[in-house]
Amino acid sequence: MLRRWFLIAVPYVWLLALFLVPFLIVFKISLSDAAIARPPYLPVFSWGDSIIDFIRELDFENFIFLTEDDLYWKAYLSSLQIALIATILTLLVGYPVAYAMARAPEHWRPTLMMLVILPFWTSFLIRVYSWMGILSTEGFLNQFLLWVGVISSPLQILNTDTAVYIGIVYTYLPFMILPIYATLDRLDGSLIEAAEDLGCSRASAFWLVTLPLSRPGIIAGCFLVFIPTIGEFVIPSLLGGSDTLMIGKVLWEEFFSNRDWPVASAVAVVLLLILIIPIVLFQRNQQKQAEADR
Amino acid sequence: MNAPVFAPWTDQSAEPMIRFRNVTKKFGDFTAISNLNLDIYEKEFFALLGPSGCGKTTMMRMLAGFEEPTSGDIIVSGDNIGHLPPNQRPVNMMFQSYALFPHLSVWENIAFGLRRDKLPKDQISARVDEMLKLTRLEKFARRKPHQISGGQRQRVALARSLAKAPKLLLLDEPLGALDKKLREATQFELMDIQEKTGTTFVIVTHDQEEAMTVASRIAVMDEGKLVQVDTPDRLYENPNSRYVADFVGDVNIIEAKASPLDGDRYALHWSEAEDALIGTTSTALSDGQSCYMAIRPEKIAISADRPEDAANAVQGKVEDIGYLGNMSTYHVRLNSGSLIKAQVANQRRISRRAFAWEDPVWLSWTATAGVVLAD
Amino acid sequence: MNRLSPFNIVSLTLGFAFLYIPMLILVIYSFNGGRLVTVWSGFSTKWYGELFQNEAFLDAALVTLKVAVISSTIAAVLGTMAAYVLVRGGRFLGRTLFSGMIYAPLVMPEVITGLSLLLLFIGIGLDRGVLTIVLAHTTFAMCYVSVVVSSRLVTFDRSLEEAALDLGATPFETFRLVTLPIIAPAVISGWLLAFTLSLDDLVIASFTSGPSSTTLPIKIYSAVRLGVSPEINALSTIMIGIVAVGVITASLVSKQQLIRAKRDEQEAARTE
Repeated sequence: MLRRWFLIAVPYVWLLALFLVPFLIVFKISLSDAAIARPPYLPVFSWGDSIIDFIRELDFENFIFLTEDDLYWKAYLSSLQIALIATILTLLVGYPVAYAMARAPEHWRPTLMMLVILPFWTSFLIRVYSWMGILSTEGFLNQFLLWVGVISSPLQILNTDTAVYIGIVYTYLPFMILPIYATLDRLDGSLIEAAEDLGCSRASAFWLVTLPLSRPGIIAGCFLVFIPTIGEFVIPSLLGGSDTLMIGKVLWEEFFSNRDWPVASAVAVVLLLILIIPIVLFQRNQQKQAEADR
Repeated sequence: MNAPVFAPWTDQSAEPMIRFRNVTKKFGDFTAISNLNLDIYEKEFFALLGPSGCGKTTMMRMLAGFEEPTSGDIIVSGDNIGHLPPNQRPVNMMFQSYALFPHLSVWENIAFGLRRDKLPKDQISARVDEMLKLTRLEKFARRKPHQISGGQRQRVALARSLAKAPKLLLLDEPLGALDKKLREATQFELMDIQEKTGTTFVIVTHDQEEAMTVASRIAVMDEGKLVQVDTPDRLYENPNSRYVADFVGDVNIIEAKASPLDGDRYALHWSEAEDALIGTTSTALSDGQSCYMAIRPEKIAISADRPEDAANAVQGKVEDIGYLGNMSTYHVRLNSGSLIKAQVANQRRISRRAFAWEDPVWLSWTATAGVVLAD
Repeated sequence: MNRLSPFNIVSLTLGFAFLYIPMLILVIYSFNGGRLVTVWSGFSTKWYGELFQNEAFLDAALVTLKVAVISSTIAAVLGTMAAYVLVRGGRFLGRTLFSGMIYAPLVMPEVITGLSLLLLFIGIGLDRGVLTIVLAHTTFAMCYVSVVVSSRLVTFDRSLEEAALDLGATPFETFRLVTLPIIAPAVISGWLLAFTLSLDDLVIASFTSGPSSTTLPIKIYSAVRLGVSPEINALSTIMIGIVAVGVITASLVSKQQLIRAKRDEQEAARTE
């Protein structure tokens, strides 16, 4: 009994102390005022003060500030927009690859799987970085396009939204391919044969049987790309331009450059509120999937 | 037959080894076992038989210690073990899935329980070798479970559960994963090993043929209750209820109203269009009481003409013939519309079979061939 | 059935070309002699030489390795405990909160995790350094470990544990002798995942590291913000090489195991 209690308590206390409490602190600071002090916010809680006075000093000023300065809501909107478009692009690139993998001869599949997983184990930062040399004005893509003769002067791709899209599709592609491949791989081949036997053409069998049955994988893949993309920092920071607005970057700058901790905290709280919806939807999809598998 | 018959349950002075006393087990609102009493004697090969969900597995898991009774006592050799943890019970279990440890070799699997008792090394190794010999697994001692066949795995599981020489061995559907031929061979092997080791076996099964083959006594269960506890032959010949008659073996059940004749004989009125049937029962039935006659297909004779001396005879047409090789089952539609199954041993070659589809036939049986059961 | 249509061949080729060409270019140009990273000026390994001369990079690499080894090891232990509690713990007070705290860090943006931990460390007056990065990495990595391990535990045949208890093992012996050896592969892959995540992490480490504890990703990030650098190409090549060797070895080993298992099965069927 004691052992069971110990087993529960250790990870529980760890997560309370290093996940929940920090988050409550963020919430509290988001309600505080900025100050030129160490730490740079007010009020600072100390055990001697009355709790009521402490709470009275908290307010929603920072949240009101977020709505007044259009930088913030534009950043939220543009994060959502970039995440949405990038997710669709990743799906368009990933689905054919996953489909072809599932159709490949059985003895190829472990190798193909390994080839998809390998980039996933490779440093994210390095994979983003690898595009800097390709997309810059004197980079390989421009050199290639000039050599082919499609363009006559180099294009500005790096430090634009286009570069951000390319970066997201590239780094998150394995997250899209793997769940879709998993559902397609489990798909009973005789279903397609049955559809063709009942008069479907190749294309309509895909449209009426394969695609609907791979929907859980598509949904899982889309959420796995969409959710982390919203708060993405590295990609917009390295590949995006100064006008690329993403909320992860705004938070970073608010914190490290402006040292406005209360506003940074308020930005974080709002970002989490936005994320709750797709996260709950994703959880529901996974649960439904798990129940269907049972 | 000079050997004394093994039947401790008929001996009033015999002390049962396992006693279930008013045992009830509930899972939330669901009552898996309700107020059940059962005695099992030493050296018995006892079978718990029933459809899935009848509570037989719960009974076994309570004996092993994986479930605790909600109320009541489970007494093994005089000790109440109802609330003892599984690792402190003189009971071992052979699991349906065999539950062989995949990371240990056959030898280490068998030694697992002995090592827990901190026995000296040479004693462990002697006992393991003995078990390997008993189950003819000497050649496979160093193999891992996935490197041997299904039948061999089944024997490893048996050897492992017998290694600690438990007072009581529990077998949870032990042969379910084997194919039919191997299963039949293994049934006899199990009986052999049970006799050699003198261990009390309790087997859980849903396969009535298996229970009939191996068990000294069978408890037929339904919905958490014991319906009948008896030897295989008595279960088959003298079922105490329609449920048992139907569950054990093939049977024709005829619904009727009884009217007493002389002694234990009754006339059974079952159809406007047919004569009353004659049957016997030791249970007293009142005039007009509704009852069932249960008659096994192989106890019904089939003939072209009406037999003269038969207590019961009905006429019908052959509707279907199921040819099983050693015997054939005839489905006969009576003039009144009901269907009766009759089984005939095929003592002749098929070309000389007496009856074909649509042939008019007579079915007959004696007054004592069937069992009359009260509602 | 097993013949790929031209469309599928094209998808596979383009898809994998897209995944691998950027890394391939990186690797090739790490052997470029010139400083200009997009113009080929002859084969040379001089950037590797310069990289190994650069003490700042070596120090950062050492810090990163130290953090990764410690945090992934603690995370493996805590994550396995958490998985066991989630799958086998039954009901206890605050179970929903507990499972929520296990899954939330997986979807939490890194900027928020980093920010919140930093505010905690400042709040309790803990100086930022290796310790704070280890605490931060352990926290999110244990959640990944627990997801990997609990997905193994869910499919674990419970009758194996019951069999051990039945044969006289105490609950602790059952865990040590039966459960742990069987879930060990999942714990190891959880550890590897935690290790890689820690090696990789830029955002959380940036928030929680101090001036004396710069990790390699922080170093790389500040170098590449200014543009492409041949030294970073060399460093990337080394890192890609290590991962490639690791992943390829792992997949070869698992393939070997699969072949052996199949052979064993056939042999078993023959001895029947």
